[in-house]
Amino acid sequence: MPLCPGTPTPAHSTVTETHVITTTGLTKVYRSRGREVTALDGVDLHVREGEVYGVIGQSGAGKSSLIRCVNLLERPTSGTVTVAGQDLTALAGRGPRAGKELRQARSRIGMVFQHFNLLSSRTVQDNVELPLEILGKSGKERSRKALELLDLVGLADKAGAYPAQLSGGQKQRVGIARALAGDPKVLLSDEATSALDPETTRSILALLRDLNRQLGLTVLLITHEMDVVKSVCDSAALMENGRIVESGTVSELLATPGSELAAALFPLDGEASGEDRTVVDVTFQGESATQPVISQLARTYNIDISILGAAIDTVGGLQVGRMRIELPGRYEDNVVPIGFLREQGLQIDVLGHESVLVKEGAK
Amino acid sequence: MTWSEMQPLLEQACWDTLYMVGWSTLIAVVGGLPLGILLVLTDRGGLLQNLVANKVIGQVVNIARSLPFIILMVALMTFTRWITGTTIGVEAAIVPLAVGAIPFFARLVETAVREVDHGLVEAVQAMGGNTWTVVRKVLVPESLPSLISSTTTTVVALIGYSAMAGTVGAGGLGDIAIRYGYQRFETGLMWITVAILAVVISLIQFAGDYAARSLHRRGAHAGPAPKLRLLKAAS
Ligand SMILES: Nc1ncnc2c1ncn2[C@@H]1O[C@H](COP(=O)(O)OP(=O)(O)OP(=O)(O)O)[C@@H](O)[C@H]1O
Ligand SMILES: [Mg+2]
Repeated sequence: MPLCPGTPTPAHSTVTETHVITTTGLTKVYRSRGREVTALDGVDLHVREGEVYGVIGQSGAGKSSLIRCVNLLERPTSGTVTVAGQDLTALAGRGPRAGKELRQARSRIGMVFQHFNLLSSRTVQDNVELPLEILGKSGKERSRKALELLDLVGLADKAGAYPAQLSGGQKQRVGIARALAGDPKVLLSDEATSALDPETTRSILALLRDLNRQLGLTVLLITHEMDVVKSVCDSAALMENGRIVESGTVSELLATPGSELAAALFPLDGEASGEDRTVVDVTFQGESATQPVISQLARTYNIDISILGAAIDTVGGLQVGRMRIELPGRYEDNVVPIGFLREQGLQIDVLGHESVLVKEGAK
Repeated sequence: MTWSEMQPLLEQACWDTLYMVGWSTLIAVVGGLPLGILLVLTDRGGLLQNLVANKVIGQVVNIARSLPFIILMVALMTFTRWITGTTIGVEAAIVPLAVGAIPFFARLVETAVREVDHGLVEAVQAMGGNTWTVVRKVLVPESLPSLISSTTTTVVALIGYSAMAGTVGAGGLGDIAIRYGYQRFETGLMWITVAILAVVISLIQFAGDYAARSLHRRGAHAGPAPKLRLLKAAS
């Protein structure tokens, strides 16, 4: 299937079944001046090796708290964090300060920030060299590595510039180069594109995607924009009030009836044209096509089907189609045709009838 | 008084002032910089949070800062004698000057370091840096323009204090202005001294501002311009 230019390459798995980031029962309670805020409430997260994993949620849902707990910038109140087989919570110790082992583990986890956090007193190259200085690398090795990374992110000609002389997108590229300096297996990104315009956002996401593909880098990213998840993520989780309420690979989510994430990833419009009508969302993935199925349905049951909306899109590198159709008559009159559609292996969501299904199930 | 009479006096006075202010600035920076940084690190939410230590250091700094210099000089006499073996002369004046300037400079350092974006500190922590790395690679270099402005402010303040050091026979420009100008009505000499002081202070201020601004120009995060901060610090 041909891809539009600029569309990230589809998910050809560098993804393995090994989990590189695992959190179990992660809880974070902030206490300040007698007030308690539960930012994380028992979060179990499993990020597989080589995937781009997006965590999405509204402001205050606890996304930043989650990602900051992964490298223990924030101490979890309870629960464990394991990164690349190492239990970081066990390394943390009791005091507020990070011990040597935790610091070493952190140096193998890259992190990029919403506001880039580049040192204004250092040139671009010196910013990228900073993690290598911390690792105690020699001057020669540092500059070789820094230039190599700047080349990788497409900024080889800006090595001598100061951050103040760069655009937002360029600054974030420097941030990404810096995060890669310690050869991390894992990259954490907290709203890395939220301060950028849509076009720059796309180019940064494409870069992250390429790095994920080329280096087998596992990326955990936090965002509040559905488009970010849609364009780069293999898997996603939805956070609400400190909990993960939905999670899975993009295709799993799309195959989950009533999934909020799936609906948001792939919105469909179209209202029923009258009272006694049944509106059905049909979702198909990959090569299957609805066209013959719909005409077959019309012929077999001799009903008029109107198409209210339809779209084909790439979600997380998967071709996904969705169609909203309207059948005459109430849900009760359409049980047979809907059953027919289900038999064809299509995912069917009947709008406004989850309650009916539940009631039927209860009988 | 003729110029040939005044010249050696003025020359000696310039050297004395330079000597006193130079040494006391050096000591103030060496002592005040870590103290100021410590004030930030030990504060609530700081990397070395220790509220008791923070309160103690803060109080000591406040008390030392609020004492008029002339009283500090008298109060420190025993200490001065213990260090320099005497309580008069240029060396003896350096001790109270430095002791007075350390907390003054420390507060300016504290203000400057507090303005460093906390995100930068986190970035270095995320790379695996420890507190010392944060101080060396982030807090000091990122606040350098402000630290230079703070040093300028301290030098100018020390030139003012050093005039009072004349009371312990330390000499210097301020001392000449008082002894000859005020006590012996040598107005000519006094005005020359005042002119020299004005020129010296302007030069220092100019050089300091220039250094701070040229460092500042490349930085985006470093907060308000050094000029503004100087005014704030002086008031
Ligand atoms: N240091 C802190 N002290 C006290 N409360 C905090 C702290 N950090 C976060 N919180 C609270 O924890 C909750 C979750 O915050 P968090 O920053 O993780 O949300 P978020 O999902 O990242 O939101 P946003 O999209 O706005 O960045 C919020 O209610 C917030 O007020
Ligand atoms: Mg956040």
